Amino acid sequence: MPAIQRNMDPKKCPMPSQDPNVRNKNFKEVALGYTADMAVNEAKRCLQCKNHPCRTGCPVDIDIPGFIAKVAEGDFEAAYQILSASSALPAVCGRVCPQENQCEGKCIRGIKGEPVGIGRLERFVADWHRENVHTPVTPPAPNGHKVAVIGAGPSGLTAAGDLAKMGYKVTVFEALHVAGGVLMYGIPEFRLPKDIVQNEIDGLRALGVDIETNMVIGKVLTIDELMGEYGFEAVYIASGAGLPRFMGIPGESLKGVYSANEYLTRVNLMKAYLPDSRTPIKKSRKVAVVGGGNVAMDAARCAKRLGAETVYIVYRRGMAELPARKEEVEHAEEEGIIFKTLTNPVEVLSDDNGCVRGMICVEMELGEPDASGRRRPIVKQGSEFELDVDTMIMALGTSPNPLIRHTTPGLDADKHGCIITDGPDGLTSRPFVYAGGDAVTGAATVILAMGAGKEAAKAIDKAIKAKAGEA
Amino acid sequence: MFKIAKKRSLNPTVTEMSIEAPLIAKKAKAGQFIILRAKDDSERIPLTIAGTDPVAGTVDIIFQLVGAGTMQLNTLNEGECLHDFVGPLGKATEIDGLKNVCVVGGGVGCAIALPVARALHAAGAKVTGIVGFRNKDLVILEDEFRACCDELILVTDDGSYGQKGVVTAPLEQCIQNGANFDEVIAIGPLIMMKFVVATTKKYNVKTVVSMNPIMVDGTGMCGGCRLTVGGKTVFACVDGPDFDGFEVDFDEAMQRGTMYRDFEAHAREEQCNLLNQEVK
Repeated sequence: MPAIQRNMDPKKCPMPSQDPNVRNKNFKEVALGYTADMAVNEAKRCLQCKNHPCRTGCPVDIDIPGFIAKVAEGDFEAAYQILSASSALPAVCGRVCPQENQCEGKCIRGIKGEPVGIGRLERFVADWHRENVHTPVTPPAPNGHKVAVIGAGPSGLTAAGDLAKMGYKVTVFEALHVAGGVLMYGIPEFRLPKDIVQNEIDGLRALGVDIETNMVIGKVLTIDELMGEYGFEAVYIASGAGLPRFMGIPGESLKGVYSANEYLTRVNLMKAYLPDSRTPIKKSRKVAVVGGGNVAMDAARCAKRLGAETVYIVYRRGMAELPARKEEVEHAEEEGIIFKTLTNPVEVLSDDNGCVRGMICVEMELGEPDASGRRRPIVKQGSEFELDVDTMIMALGTSPNPLIRHTTPGLDADKHGCIITDGPDGLTSRPFVYAGGDAVTGAATVILAMGAGKEAAKAIDKAIKAKAGEA
Repeated sequence: MFKIAKKRSLNPTVTEMSIEAPLIAKKAKAGQFIILRAKDDSERIPLTIAGTDPVAGTVDIIFQLVGAGTMQLNTLNEGECLHDFVGPLGKATEIDGLKNVCVVGGGVGCAIALPVARALHAAGAKVTGIVGFRNKDLVILEDEFRACCDELILVTDDGSYGQKGVVTAPLEQCIQNGANFDEVIAIGPLIMMKFVVATTKKYNVKTVVSMNPIMVDGTGMCGGCRLTVGGKTVFACVDGPDFDGFEVDFDEAMQRGTMYRDFEAHAREEQCNLLNQEVK
């Protein structure tokens, strides 16, 4: 076989995407994806380093040089097989992973130019497979063991997929009416189309995973019942961090103040952006989204698309400290979102009808680094000013849901409500009960949650086999 | 899918359905609620559970045809299925240790007051029921209340049935006559609960109210159902729906309840048009 001709272009092949002034008025996907030629060309930028640093940056340990080599050869299906061996949701990861801090952050090509577009290639391969390969999946031979997974978000789905591939009979219990968790209710359609999420979930069903929606574990069934009369030998808790935080400032109960969770759930899960949706959402003129993470960017970009004239991101630190993915910040700026950094709201103002008519903010400056290593924001004295808005969306982070913790005796949690686990395996204070993802870490990323699901699946397999004397 | 085992009309604007949901029927307690979606494009509607039959595996819901969602729900008939039905959500009403209780129900809120009255009766408490309706045609569940109340006082706004007036008058009279209630449990429109609390506060009779704010998921995720209780923000779906009536900020709750009034009016009109077309 002839050696692949390397592409030494210092820059990534640009991602074709919708024009910012068109896309900020629709909910179609922003990035359009590489063509096959672009993908092959970009794959040829990979140096196939022997020590593959990219791989050490991947929470689910994808054989990155391996799949990229196959793309460079034009064998996209072989590339997909490598990807799917490690990731249950490649079409999702290619779109939402913070690659700049992970695989691409470690890429050698990134030293003297831009790293290889690993995320874009992953997305291309997963999309290519979905569009071109329709061979039905054969479920593996059952091994006779039953595992329950609580929560059909990225962590639970990953654990379910890995366990199903090992022959376990897996049932996933989901509280909402559709599976997908944050992939469905949180991340907007224009960043992660919902039929792509459902396609990945259909793949898990084809592997034999049962998904039971409308099941709030802790209410309709407890973990003790699942492990008792229902005969599940182990449970993986991946119930996420769904409880929204508010600031505790005056006026937060006014009409027009949303948690980002509520705003995004109305828009994404309940499809309030469609003209015939039965779920209402406020038609806003001027919106302030408080916070600087991915969720804040998503909420701001949704508000813009729903027709708001002006949308602010209000963040108490500076641009450099924004915790959101770089690409999301860039996309938001291109779409006309205004960043009011070093700004913090102190009061929400009411009109005569109990609706938001503005908010009082203070300017901030950065002081000494705090415990998180980030410079602590300090209020500038006498800097109060009023911002004219009619809607305020609080994207300040979320805490784990207490429902399971409160109904499972002997399940230990810390003072933030995060379930305590013993090391990366995810074993909790209860035997055969594992936990991972945001339920353990507090709000983090899709890919870290998936990594935790993978580790837990391995640990559950080991524990069940050891108990059954099959190891 | 959740089959409608039984459906009956309680009055021209209120419908009762028994839904096949065996797991929920086994667990649900008085005061808890469910969330349903009639069809796969419907909104999520929270409804407090009106009764359960753990043996038959059914959960009863009673709803008023107030908006597009409940009108759409009412188009489904016996034998058809609800797309989604999840619960039991929220905390159950606390009835332990209560010996002498007044249960106050207003309008369709009586549907939720009934299981509480029944549970208290079953636990051996003396139950005084005070139920109020706008007029005779809108009276529901009278026989059911009589069966579990030691005394039942029925009032209508216009006096077309029972005593004329609102629930607070007989409530105050009972208290003045030395009824000596351990607790008053009030379930109905916000304005009714606000005035019940204003009445009982004068006599310092502990009063529990069941709040029913706008919500989406019902599991603590959206925060849309937040209320101010005792100066603190709480979520009705996970911290309630029952709260100490003396502590609830009713004015704020009433304001928040009007958030989508325009949308709802429009949606109701659309749904009516849709139903009219189907009739034609």
